[in-house]
Amino acid sequence: MKLPDVDYIRPKTLKEALDLLSAHGDDAKLIAGGQSLMPMLAFRLLAPKILIDIGGLSELRGIEITDTGVRLGARTTWHDIERHPSLKTAHPLLAAAIAHVAHYQIRNRGTAGGSLAHCDPVAEFPTMVLTCEAEVVVAGQDGERVMIASDFVLGPMTTALPADEIITAIRFPVWPKARRWGFEEFARRRGDFAMAAAAIFYDLDGEQRAVDPHMGIIGDADGARRLTEVEDLLAGQRITRTLIAEARALAERSTTPSEDIHAPAPYRRALIGTMVERALAASAGINLATAAA
Amino acid sequence: MSRKIDISLTVNGRRHAHAADTRTTFADFLRDDLRLTGTHVGCEHGVCGACTVIVNGEAVRSCLMLAPQADGATVVTIEGLCEPDGELGPLQRAFRKHHALQCGFCTPGILTTAHALLTQEPDADEARIREVLSGNICRCTGYVTIIQAILEARESYRSKASAQS
Amino acid sequence: MTPVGSGGLIGASIERVEDQRFLTGRGQYVADLDIPGALHAAVLRSPVAHGRIVSLGLDAARALPGVHAIVTAADIPRPIPTIPLRLVPLPEFDPYLQPIIAADKVRYVGEPLAVIVADSRSIAEDALDLIEIDIESLPPVGDKDVDEGGSFLFEETGTNVALRFHARSGDPDKAFAEAAYTRKETFRSHRHTAAPMETRGLLAQWDASGQKLKLYGAAKVPYFNRRALSRMMNLPEENLDLIEVDVGGGFGVRGEFYPEDYLIPFASRVVGRPVKWIEDRREHLMATNHSRDVGATVEIACALDGTITGLRGDVFGDMGAYIRTNGGVVPTAAGMFLQGPYRIANVDITVLALMTNKTPVGTYRGPGRFEANFFRERLFDMVAADLKIDPAEFRRINLIREDELPYSIGKRTPHLPEAVYDTGDYHTAFERCLTEIDWQGKAAIQGKLIDGRYHGVGIASFVENGGAGPKETSRFVLEKDGSISVATGSSLLGQGLETTLAQIAGDALGLPLTAFRIDHRSTSRLADGLGSYHGRSIIVGGSAVIDGAEKFRTALIEAAANLLGRPNSELRFENGLVISETGASISLTEIAASRRPDEGPLAVDGIFRVNNPTYSYGTHAAYVAVDPDTGRVELLDYVAVEDVGRAINPMIVSGQAIGALVQGLGGVFLDHLIYDDQCQLLTASFADYLMPTATDFPSLRSVALELRLSPTNPLGAKSAGEGGMVPVAATIGNAVGAALRSLGAQPRALPLSPPTIWSLIHEEKERTQ
Repeated sequence: MKLPDVDYIRPKTLKEALDLLSAHGDDAKLIAGGQSLMPMLAFRLLAPKILIDIGGLSELRGIEITDTGVRLGARTTWHDIERHPSLKTAHPLLAAAIAHVAHYQIRNRGTAGGSLAHCDPVAEFPTMVLTCEAEVVVAGQDGERVMIASDFVLGPMTTALPADEIITAIRFPVWPKARRWGFEEFARRRGDFAMAAAAIFYDLDGEQRAVDPHMGIIGDADGARRLTEVEDLLAGQRITRTLIAEARALAERSTTPSEDIHAPAPYRRALIGTMVERALAASAGINLATAAA
Repeated sequence: MSRKIDISLTVNGRRHAHAADTRTTFADFLRDDLRLTGTHVGCEHGVCGACTVIVNGEAVRSCLMLAPQADGATVVTIEGLCEPDGELGPLQRAFRKHHALQCGFCTPGILTTAHALLTQEPDADEARIREVLSGNICRCTGYVTIIQAILEARESYRSKASAQS
Repeated sequence: MTPVGSGGLIGASIERVEDQRFLTGRGQYVADLDIPGALHAAVLRSPVAHGRIVSLGLDAARALPGVHAIVTAADIPRPIPTIPLRLVPLPEFDPYLQPIIAADKVRYVGEPLAVIVADSRSIAEDALDLIEIDIESLPPVGDKDVDEGGSFLFEETGTNVALRFHARSGDPDKAFAEAAYTRKETFRSHRHTAAPMETRGLLAQWDASGQKLKLYGAAKVPYFNRRALSRMMNLPEENLDLIEVDVGGGFGVRGEFYPEDYLIPFASRVVGRPVKWIEDRREHLMATNHSRDVGATVEIACALDGTITGLRGDVFGDMGAYIRTNGGVVPTAAGMFLQGPYRIANVDITVLALMTNKTPVGTYRGPGRFEANFFRERLFDMVAADLKIDPAEFRRINLIREDELPYSIGKRTPHLPEAVYDTGDYHTAFERCLTEIDWQGKAAIQGKLIDGRYHGVGIASFVENGGAGPKETSRFVLEKDGSISVATGSSLLGQGLETTLAQIAGDALGLPLTAFRIDHRSTSRLADGLGSYHGRSIIVGGSAVIDGAEKFRTALIEAAANLLGRPNSELRFENGLVISETGASISLTEIAASRRPDEGPLAVDGIFRVNNPTYSYGTHAAYVAVDPDTGRVELLDYVAVEDVGRAINPMIVSGQAIGALVQGLGGVFLDHLIYDDQCQLLTASFADYLMPTATDFPSLRSVALELRLSPTNPLGAKSAGEGGMVPVAATIGNAVGAALRSLGAQPRALPLSPPTIWSLIHEEKERTQ
């Protein structure tokens, strides 16, 4: 499984990288960590003529936590996220989701920008970007612009990123300390891609009712998506066992589960429901295994 | 389309200046160009971990790196894990003591991973060790003795870390 | 004969000699070898499962710079050689042998169509992409009703059923007619394989002037392969040297004769240069032997007190597209081991071997046993539940007692003689296992829902045989420096032979481990050998070492008698010296130095012949928790108990047991070779073919007992390499069945993946609603 015949270049600045992208057009592919791209090259699923390595672009590195939120440079690795001293407090949902990504060696090189550009439907990061309504900062020949997540993440392996532009940063909105959240993932083995996952967060009003719930799932045939029907069900409600059961049933009805050799559709549908149920229970501090009081 | 790019890197303390083919993985470069065949190739698509080496202090899958990406890097491979006097290091001794290898094919990748982990996290507990090692597949041992060996070797890394602090 | 084990090496957990090179990155696997001027090969493999080859368009590939040759069937001298049968050599299999390259038809995805030889593997792969393949597709045969579609893999035979075998003991028809209780169930084991971490590889070096071949990358059965290759290439055996280097795991699949074992040497002959071929992982999953694809309908007859009176089994094995060297073992062993360690006088077994358009099947650790134990032990638990007998008690009633051994199950396969369980104390091993898992204590939680998961404990007992004959050889050579090299016909597969055979030799000669170098590497060192499979390296290989050591001792004394001028009877070999009663002594180095130049070193051959395999046995138990919503099974505890007769190196025995156990757990939960209805392999990478990792099964333990020595060999050893695996599916199946008893969900088919468990539960729920 040797790599196809391909050239390689490592620009030193973002401008150089953008110029190269423009010059080579469809013949070029960007490579950052390479953890998703290299296997595709090994299987000859892609045969670009030249790889443009953005690994040397220091302007794409760095995690910034401010009172407007969390900014991840596109070249932030999973280990950068794991090791950041305050990210777990600043954005516990993101930290929880990223803990599931791949394995130690891959986490040293895989990048947030790379994962988002690749947009694998069973990867954690694109779903988090969508669920949290993050902003994607993109640089092109005309300068930088900001895209909202739902305009950027379009479907399995599909984003709105033009061929001649580069993701430079992803900005997650600020996370209030009192926010409730839950993240549940089911994978065959530790570090495997998710067979299904659910992420939920909401704030509570004075009456303990959910405000502006966001729910994202992995396992739908359309790739990363928010379950807006379930969000609408939860909005303005107290999260009780009864509501959780309703939310689960609605989630199962609302999803079109993906089907593959590892999980037939009926199973995946039920699994998505289970992940939604467990994520909601976790967010509300409810132990489903014990009978209701 | 592919071409050779001159790169220089330090491997196991030794400087190398070499022409690297742009379509060659770092794993193949180590094995074929530098003749360091201790790093093994088990899958070529980044799953099995046999090809793990340490690049700038971090364990990476060398089959998922292009050879030119190693330009300027400081690399440690299995060949560099012995003590300066050539004796086996604490991980290697512990592996032998606990019978933590059988066919030996996955062993270099496991040793480099364990070395990187214990160097960075000398207080790693068993759960953390297992979690990190879950990225390395072994078909022979069933992992029990591998974990035992790493736990035993951990003491040496802890002593080294507290001696340095 | 010198008592075995008197030196203290046998039975000691000695650190392995081979570890030094593996731990420092100095192992030499075939991919590590470099011969200046070597070219690199890639194999063009059929993308179609069943079809007639129309043409291969090679022009573009030939024109690619760096391509030296492309070998196809057209270049192979007729008749195209077929791969011979090594085990189970039945005439029924002859029409189904694999040609070393596809000539008129292709019969599985992955079948070799051509070999490209180029300056580098990269260029060879580029050339593969340029070849135009024109194959006229034929309807693929994929499921067990192989003859119903009217499509035949081998039109001349008019059937896809290669073998139909029937064995019978006692009067099963009467037993079933008279039985108070019977039950019939259908079970299935799924296709999976060994997937060692090192793929296959060969480095062929053809010497045109001498018409000689050096072939690196052999393993397991190099002597058989040399014989086969010599016939195919029309060369004397002595002209071929098959050299075994370090090997990254075998488990049964590595080392058998495959098409590449002819094609790569042939390619080297064509280009006149060494040719290196390293299989990549995608190829490996479609080209190296598959296994375990076996199903059965099993019926049992019992008295109401649980005494088994009869057993019937209709077993079939999906063989894939060809019968390769040892494929026949899989279904026939499944038939043979269906009875297990139980007293059943009336048995009726039919075995079918079915041809399908899938990768050919071969042996994988515990072949046929893993499957058969699952079928039988699952049925036993269902029966015990019906008869309201505790599953452990059901086994106690039927487990063969020591006073019934040796116990014959008659001739249970077409090719092997009567099978006789030799020595053992099945009940002690069984009770030990129950104690270890705390069967009594866990009765309270059997099938209970605790914290949202169903808990269950399952058990399974097994017999396993090992140490197949007919023989193994050794050669002891006294080297110039006084060290002793011991050549063995056994192969090094990672099982620690360099250490364990030295332990045996050391005890036999009263010398330390360091006095020996175990040499398994080359067919030129020994005239013949059988190899490593069936747990025979210690049993037969080790016994050959004992014989060789005895002969060596005699030869040393003989040589010393001449040098010292004393009669043999006055001399003894002790502490590395031949010592005379008079006090004179002579060292090994001196004996070596005394050899005349024309004599060559002092060397003797040892041999051990054995007709009957020996039987190991044991019981496993598992404690699981099943999440009904996700179908995930967590293994909370697992105990493997086996009587190995005698453990040469307990640490190595334990390593084998745990390794086999985890590989078996992979075979229950993860490993799966999945085909679609066009017989395309869907799991051709490690992203889809899953295996256990360090986090999957942390809670396991094995107990190796030395209860009863084997009567077949001077070591008393029973086999220790495969027992750890054979009852795993049975044990886990029973634990899951126990956990889900209240839901009526009973596993009958593997793998027990989360969707399968979930479907079992939910289908049962729907059925009963």
